[in-house]
Amino acid sequence: MDQIPQILANGVYLGAQYAMIALGLTLIFALMNVLNFAHGQMYVIGGFVTYTIYGAWGIPFVIALAMSCITLAILGALIEKFLFAPVIKKSARDESTMLLAAAIAFLLDAVILLVFGEKQRGVPKLVDGTTILGDYTLVIANDRILICLLAIASIVGFISFMQFSKTGRALRALAQDRVAAQLMGVNVDRYSMIGFALGAMLAGLVGGLLVTITGINLGMGGPTSIKAFMMVMIGGAGVISGAIAGGIILGFLEAAGLALLASYGDITYLLIFVSLMIFLAIRPQGLMGKPWG
Amino acid sequence: MKRRTILKSTLSAAVLASVAAGAAWAENPVLKIGFVGVTSGPAAAWGISNQRSMETRAEWINETGGYKIGDTTYDIEIVSFDDQKDPKRAVAGMEKMAQEGIHYVVGPNVDDGAAAVRPVAESNGIMYFPYAFPKSLYQAPASNAVLGMVANYQSGPAIYKHLKEAEGVKTVAFIAANESDPLSQRDGGVAAAKALGLEVVSDSVTYQVDTTDFTPVLTPIMRAKPDLLVLSGVSPANAPQLIRSARELGFSGLISTETAQDAQVLREGAGDLANGFISVGGASTPEIASDMMNEFVERYTDMFGEYNDESNTKVYALEYILETLKANPAAIDDVEAYKVTMDTFEAPNPYMQGDAVLKYVGDSSFGQKRQVAVPLVVNVYQDGAFETMFIAEVD
Repeated sequence: MDQIPQILANGVYLGAQYAMIALGLTLIFALMNVLNFAHGQMYVIGGFVTYTIYGAWGIPFVIALAMSCITLAILGALIEKFLFAPVIKKSARDESTMLLAAAIAFLLDAVILLVFGEKQRGVPKLVDGTTILGDYTLVIANDRILICLLAIASIVGFISFMQFSKTGRALRALAQDRVAAQLMGVNVDRYSMIGFALGAMLAGLVGGLLVTITGINLGMGGPTSIKAFMMVMIGGAGVISGAIAGGIILGFLEAAGLALLASYGDITYLLIFVSLMIFLAIRPQGLMGKPWG
Repeated sequence: MKRRTILKSTLSAAVLASVAAGAAWAENPVLKIGFVGVTSGPAAAWGISNQRSMETRAEWINETGGYKIGDTTYDIEIVSFDDQKDPKRAVAGMEKMAQEGIHYVVGPNVDDGAAAVRPVAESNGIMYFPYAFPKSLYQAPASNAVLGMVANYQSGPAIYKHLKEAEGVKTVAFIAANESDPLSQRDGGVAAAKALGLEVVSDSVTYQVDTTDFTPVLTPIMRAKPDLLVLSGVSPANAPQLIRSARELGFSGLISTETAQDAQVLREGAGDLANGFISVGGASTPEIASDMMNEFVERYTDMFGEYNDESNTKVYALEYILETLKANPAAIDDVEAYKVTMDTFEAPNPYMQGDAVLKYVGDSSFGQKRQVAVPLVVNVYQDGAFETMFIAEVD
């Protein structure tokens, strides 16, 4: 029982960061029906940009984070315009975009190795200190609390943007029905590019935020993509609220499993995967699996 | 007329220069030495320090006229293959070396890769120098693998004994990634700690190799409040995150590992929280480094921008190969001749001051000389750099 406060705190923190990672992936899927296998690599680039600007050059973190977002937004827009858009127009087969996404993931891995090197990189902590409550029943570093709050604020900001802005409404219309949106005057090509850029920007944002906690290295891209896909599968592909729910569920499962099952070895993920398989057999569309409008 | 003469002279000079350059290039035959190891992903620093050490030394040798073995002077070419820490790719890499007629290969860097390449190496007459610890690789009937560093079952007991006597450590906890190398190192460490009379308060906590946030993983261990936390087989990418999470969770005891680490990575990833972290260092310190070692570090830094302390160990494998071939030139295409030479081989150690020698060891651990002799340097991290804690020798 005395572990519950720590499990809850770890769950909230992990859930918030996982939800942010999944948001960009599910947005791109909702808009374009593209499984972006390069999402993890985009996250890694975001982390490295923040590392370079904030960690290596000593420029304020806020600017570094903004540059991560801008870099990834531009990269995402270019990838959509010159790679995905032509392939989607020329090929009706879903696997064409899947293969393209996988190729982009490999390409970005190679580019990251060339530009940023192979080493693990880290940046100075944003805030020092640790919050300890009740004789170590709850211990959480202050920078984790800050990142958790920033992640929650970013999620709220993103949902508000999608809900209340003209661009957000256009993107939602696009996700609900591409043809109907076009008939209503939505510039489909333009908003597809904006949506992809927004998804990539979210990857850059979360990479820039988490580099302050976890550091960043070349090998993080693939596993990050896999976790993001797990969250999307739990919540339902293409559903914003589903991605958030999937992230939070995965975060809590991980926090509880690692705390309560530690004495049995590394079985937490084994159980998570088994649970996921059973869950998908019963509900293949995930918790909220329908287009997210 | 004058213009034509100038053109003719220029053309002639260019032709002569190219012929001369071609002659110089073709002057020495090339001796290819292979490297199969991990140069991408979280453990990339291990393999890259190998590859870069070999490339630095090879370029240095070539720049100074080549390496004389018997009556022939060779240029050294390093042929590298990234196995991505995947045994299947390690096998493919070793097959590539065999296809290129290479008989001496450095790597792989991890246990499963080293075990996987064994049949390929043995059937193709390849001696290989893994940085992996399973004893079966080095014990008879195996004979083609030569351990390129100090194993954890050699360094671990030395570290625990030192900490028990000097720091009063009584209880110890182990954490390892859920893959073969770290788990086998954890098991070896647990056995060594128990043999020394230490109480092991936790040895079941493991983590996924792609874990990025270790706070939830470490929480159960922190409740056991050990005097010493051992990060078994931890990769350079994970070490700073584990240290940082442990300290942030209030752990104030000692933290150690038997793998080599990177000071810059620790500084960036954990900052001052990494102060006091104990690890096995590269096989050199300012006190024992020779002028040649210092020049190697300079050349490496010039070539690649930054140095990796672990290259103090990784520089040795190529030197052992070349010096052994020099001692017995017949071994250049015949690894059986190489094996015979290993039993009696001795040569001055160019990387250490004094009378240190290069020689093969391993009788105690493997029953045959299948390990390169390098100093066991145990470091403690302090304010961005490693300080030498103690130096020892192993056989």
